[in-house]
Amino acid sequence: MKLTLKIWRQKNASDKGGFVTYPVDGVSKDMSFLEMLDVLNEQLTEKGEDPVHFDHDCREGICGMCSLYINGKPHGPLQTTTCQLHMRSFNDGETITIEPWRAKAFPVVKDLVVNRSAFDRIIQAGGYISVRTGGVPDANEIPIPKTIADLAMDAAQCIGCGACVAACKNASAMLFTSAKISQLALLPQGQVERKTRAEKMVAQMDAEGFGACTNTGACEAECPKGISITNIARMNREYFSAVVSSDNV
Amino acid sequence: MSWVTKTLSSSLGRKLIMALTGLFLILFLTGHVSGNMLLFKGDGGEAFNIYAKFMTTNPAVKLLSYLTYISVIGHVIYSIVLSQKNKSARPIGYAESKASTSSAWNSRNMGVLGTIILIFLVVHLQGFWAKMHWGEVPMVTYGEEEYKNLYLIVNEAFKQEWLVALYVISMGFLGFHLSHGFASAFQTLGLNHKKYTPAIQAIGKVYSILVPVLFAAMPLYIYFTS
Repeated sequence: MKLTLKIWRQKNASDKGGFVTYPVDGVSKDMSFLEMLDVLNEQLTEKGEDPVHFDHDCREGICGMCSLYINGKPHGPLQTTTCQLHMRSFNDGETITIEPWRAKAFPVVKDLVVNRSAFDRIIQAGGYISVRTGGVPDANEIPIPKTIADLAMDAAQCIGCGACVAACKNASAMLFTSAKISQLALLPQGQVERKTRAEKMVAQMDAEGFGACTNTGACEAECPKGISITNIARMNREYFSAVVSSDNV
Repeated sequence: MSWVTKTLSSSLGRKLIMALTGLFLILFLTGHVSGNMLLFKGDGGEAFNIYAKFMTTNPAVKLLSYLTYISVIGHVIYSIVLSQKNKSARPIGYAESKASTSSAWNSRNMGVLGTIILIFLVVHLQGFWAKMHWGEVPMVTYGEEEYKNLYLIVNEAFKQEWLVALYVISMGFLGFHLSHGFASAFQTLGLNHKKYTPAIQAIGKVYSILVPVLFAAMPLYIYFTS
């Protein structure tokens, strides 16, 4: 395959940045999108140019490290992570536009790499449980109905890639935050900090500069893990009931 | 009470206000369209004028009308605050965006639709509501009692083609605004359940077509019958 790549290049956080167009040749249809970028970077390195920086880690679709806004959609045309996207989803001779996630709370570090530590700070604000450490507890020690366990597992599938923020017209982090609040609020282990968690995580989400939700549903449609916006409704219930009943005046 | 102000200035608190004021305005629209159906009665406006007097003098209705004014103002102010916050959350936009593949146009443009409706509302209030409250309205007598002949004002107004067109087009925008806003308000309140959400969404779609169509039929009916 022969492709033309229109890639956002930006030296550092304070650089203005801009698009640079690169032709790439010898791309196989079976390559993943990240492997295709590896081919480009080898060509750039051989020429003595600075390779394109992009985030990646496991390349198995489970770590949430890869990102990229490809041809106007987060993680490209399929509802999967960029590492699981293959070049057969594109046509020979196509021009592909690659941009970083765009959000005030996700500043560009370099090229296509953005700083997503705002998500870490939301988790630090309340996305944890207080448990007695020690040996591994026995299975089924705490009975949890299957339907509840399934809902919690669905929410826990969130890998924190930030596609929801990238897709949202308001760069809102509500799908992420709601998934993290939900997975703990649903389970018995999450009850101790339940109210404080909802209050603190929402407050941190606001402090990071993410936008609010307009219920467009774009986040759910683009989420590689299929996290549902029913979690956002649950977060709203958790938050509103927390603020009227918690001890935090 | 700092927790109250803190909550109402959070993103979720602001959305809560948008949802509650929006739902109250939906209730208002339901009452408004039901009462105005009297325009179709063909009795020379007697029932409509009696109804108009009741709506401007009854103390319970007065209280509701103040709630409506507060809801309109609250809905507008909070939408401006939220829109600005949301805009500032993405200072640099995308060069290429296929947003239409993952969300509906009206859901992404509630602010634009709302602004158009607000402009319509100014024209609408100035034409009828302000006239009824403070303007010169000819009187009419039914039985012993005198009534302001608002029906005559409405009839005269809708003889103008441009005004009829403005009303009909504006109702189209209202329909698009409601078709997202109705169900969206319930989602914001946290009311999302597999038993009820499909019903809420269906009622929202029917409501967003039915109410604007009935409203739009009023100027059209008057234009073509008078």
